[in-house]
Amino acid sequence: MSFRQLAIGVTLAWLALFVLAPHILVLLTSLLSPDTQQLASYPFTLESYVRLWEPVYASAFWQSFWLSLLTTGICLLIGYPFAWTLARLPKLPRALLLFLMMVPFWTNSLIRTYAIKLILGAKGLINSTLLSLGLIDAPLQLLYTPFAVIFGLVYILLPFMVLPLVTTFSKLDNRLLEAARDLGATRLQRFMQVILPLSMPGVIAGSLIVFLPAMGMFYVADLLGGAKNLLLGNIIKNQFLVVRDWPFGAALSITLIVLMGLLLRFYALANRRINRQGGLDDNAL
Amino acid sequence: MPDSILVLSGITKRFDREEVLKGFDLTIKDGEFFTLLGPSGCGKSTVLRLIAGLEQADAGSIRLAGHEIATLPAERRPVNTVFQSYALFPHMNVFDNVAFGLRMSGIAREEITPRVNEALAAVRLSDYAQRRPHQLSGGQQQRVAIARAVVNRPRVLLLDESLSALDYKLRRQMQIELKQLQRKLGITFIYVTHDQEEALSMSDRVLVMDQGRAMQIGTPREIYEEPCNLFVARFIGEINIFSATILRPLGEYRYLAQVNGVEKTLRFEQQAAAGDEVHVLLRPEDLRVEYIADAPVDRSGYVGAVLERNYTGQTLDSLIRLESGQDLLVSEFFNEDDPDIDYRIGERVWVDWVAGWEHVIAKESW
Amino acid sequence: MITPFKWSLVGLVFVYLYLPIAILVINSFNESKYGFEWKGFSLRWYEKLWHNDALMQAFTNSLLIATLAASAATVIGTLMALAVYRYQFHMKKLAAGLLFVVLMSPDIVLAITFLVIFIVLGIHLGFWSLLISHITFCLPFVVITVYAQLKGFDRNLLEAARDLGAGEWRSFRTIVLPLVMPAVIAGWLLSFTLSLDDVIISTFVTGPGFEILPIRVYSMVKVGVSPEVNVLATLLLALSLILVMVAALLGRMRRK
Repeated sequence: MSFRQLAIGVTLAWLALFVLAPHILVLLTSLLSPDTQQLASYPFTLESYVRLWEPVYASAFWQSFWLSLLTTGICLLIGYPFAWTLARLPKLPRALLLFLMMVPFWTNSLIRTYAIKLILGAKGLINSTLLSLGLIDAPLQLLYTPFAVIFGLVYILLPFMVLPLVTTFSKLDNRLLEAARDLGATRLQRFMQVILPLSMPGVIAGSLIVFLPAMGMFYVADLLGGAKNLLLGNIIKNQFLVVRDWPFGAALSITLIVLMGLLLRFYALANRRINRQGGLDDNAL
Repeated sequence: MPDSILVLSGITKRFDREEVLKGFDLTIKDGEFFTLLGPSGCGKSTVLRLIAGLEQADAGSIRLAGHEIATLPAERRPVNTVFQSYALFPHMNVFDNVAFGLRMSGIAREEITPRVNEALAAVRLSDYAQRRPHQLSGGQQQRVAIARAVVNRPRVLLLDESLSALDYKLRRQMQIELKQLQRKLGITFIYVTHDQEEALSMSDRVLVMDQGRAMQIGTPREIYEEPCNLFVARFIGEINIFSATILRPLGEYRYLAQVNGVEKTLRFEQQAAAGDEVHVLLRPEDLRVEYIADAPVDRSGYVGAVLERNYTGQTLDSLIRLESGQDLLVSEFFNEDDPDIDYRIGERVWVDWVAGWEHVIAKESW
Repeated sequence: MITPFKWSLVGLVFVYLYLPIAILVINSFNESKYGFEWKGFSLRWYEKLWHNDALMQAFTNSLLIATLAASAATVIGTLMALAVYRYQFHMKKLAAGLLFVVLMSPDIVLAITFLVIFIVLGIHLGFWSLLISHITFCLPFVVITVYAQLKGFDRNLLEAARDLGAGEWRSFRTIVLPLVMPAVIAGWLLSFTLSLDDVIISTFVTGPGFEILPIRVYSMVKVGVSPEVNVLATLLLALSLILVMVAALLGRMRRK
């Protein structure tokens, strides 16, 4: 076998077997009927998709949606100026700071979420400090609140907002800002008319990489949110590993995939508006 | 005599400890097409950016129509720039690009639309208003950049090597169009280029710069025919340089001198004494070549051999090595007298120049 | 202009990112089990971890998976990057699209797809399912990194090699590989990081018999404070730092 055949063969085989086939299977599963013994069985039905609209699931979906949306918003709020500052630095300090930003990932995310528990808990860092400073009498309930879940999600996902933004900002031609200045644009006008529109692909890419995973991070909700603050990921996990209603779990996953597809469409549109290609090589990652 | 519109005095600019400009002065007249010419790194773009406000001078003043603008930020100066890379906003169409400056000033939409259309018509792009920059050719983008700048009716328009990205034919065409536009609008144009042909053909006046210093300022003709130093002489076109020593004065700015071993009468517009050393400068077209057999016997000239010759369509350019070892570049136009001039390589010829066409400058130490 | 405001933002973000890590590391040496009173320097918890066989086993298992997955993903990913860069083939766009899907999909979606295919293929949930799924989600990162470096490659080098008689494999081994090494190493490190960091996918495709860190730790941290976890975090961090330094040194040596 020639080297060429090997390279192409491995590529196609692996991707077909472990990416294409699985996705097709999940789609098929979502169309099957639930079965406690076999995980899923014939006949094909749209029953699972109908169940998505049940109030208990719909409201859980919305709660998850809002938590993730808020997380994305906060990541954007913090990450946008952070990325801008980083992008303006010379290559070496910028690479160093980006590297430092990724170092925490060398500890498992679960452990890091646990560390946040230590910070937010009744005996945690914040409460201990506030109590010892005499600012409060009794510990604040920070844990097991939506706040805690968002705190944890932002903590883990912030770098993923920053990275595509830094890439986008560094592609921003400085001469466009000079031209804007030359034509009389003030600081604010330069931001609104040039920087913001041109950073849109990065904003959308970053939002994609934060919003969708946020919906799925069940362990953050588990550790920090308690029973009342659930993410879609918790529901999916529950369906697959506990309730064993695989078709329903699969339907939930497909929903996420559809959502992902919609957001990617937005991303492509934003790129087209400033006529850059959106693709594997050229995307904001 | 038109008024001066822009006066730079004592401008000093440092980049990382390196002094790019020191005590630089420049006066530009209202309504003229002025060009800053020089090799890369001479500081010409820096001067432009200082005028635009994209750089701040470390010292000195910039007065525009009598007002000091050195302290004004770029966005408040009544000056606009056409950038080398055009810097068109990729997320806006042509119309919005051109309208940008007007919108930033808060001008009403009713006034913006006709002005933008007027500017687009001036650069002949009226039909392209809805296109995006990436859908335009280089030349078209260039014209959008010009329209975007002139629509704001700036006192001074700055052009930074704007034509350098275009191919030869398009460049020549744009040079003509720019010149016509400037005359039509009556705005002062300050143009930066390293292409001396471009500078000479478009400008009313030219400043030749080198390493942050002004070498010579004057009309294209003055720069070309009367370069005041060797740098300018060499930078503009081709030049032949003879070393000479004054023998004795002959009268009003006329001297007898020893030029490369031959006695010649020189026209020199300075006071000089016997023994002074000077350079005699001659453009290739100022020299005359004759076959050795046709060499006039009563005139002093130089004998040499033809090293190379180039037929350029309009001229015959020859590289001739004199017996003294010096190489001369000669450019002869084909004309009715000698329609068939041609030299064989190695052929011995006689070279001289038309009396009075020489330009003499004092000897320089470098 | 980088104003003090912007710098304080950068500083605050880094404090936010590093504070939890700092707490973990510091507390791993804290004599006290609870809270934030420093009761003295102690290696007590390191000892406790060492004797906690199940936890140590999970720790080593995770490291094993990370190392193997990173290595395999690097090899396969480099092949993929080459294939996409150099060759034309049917379904090339599909391949790129599939890689993109893996890249952009949230972990939970991928986890489900893996679970389903392993069940259908009858692959035992445990070591192999973990390894295969980890390799797969690391692939796009390796491909992007190596591909980006290939793009900056002078095509003429390969043509010159062919002109001089080198076959594909030879060209790859002697010309391409040495030149994309930095990207390959970066891809390995990235994959190692991603594998170690993974929680969601591992939760779904794990099985009895081969326990990895997130599973073991999950029950510990859900209920209360667990000092051994602090130790784990510190060790993981130290290990990764050493790895990066080794990689950097290797890179420096190669350049000489």
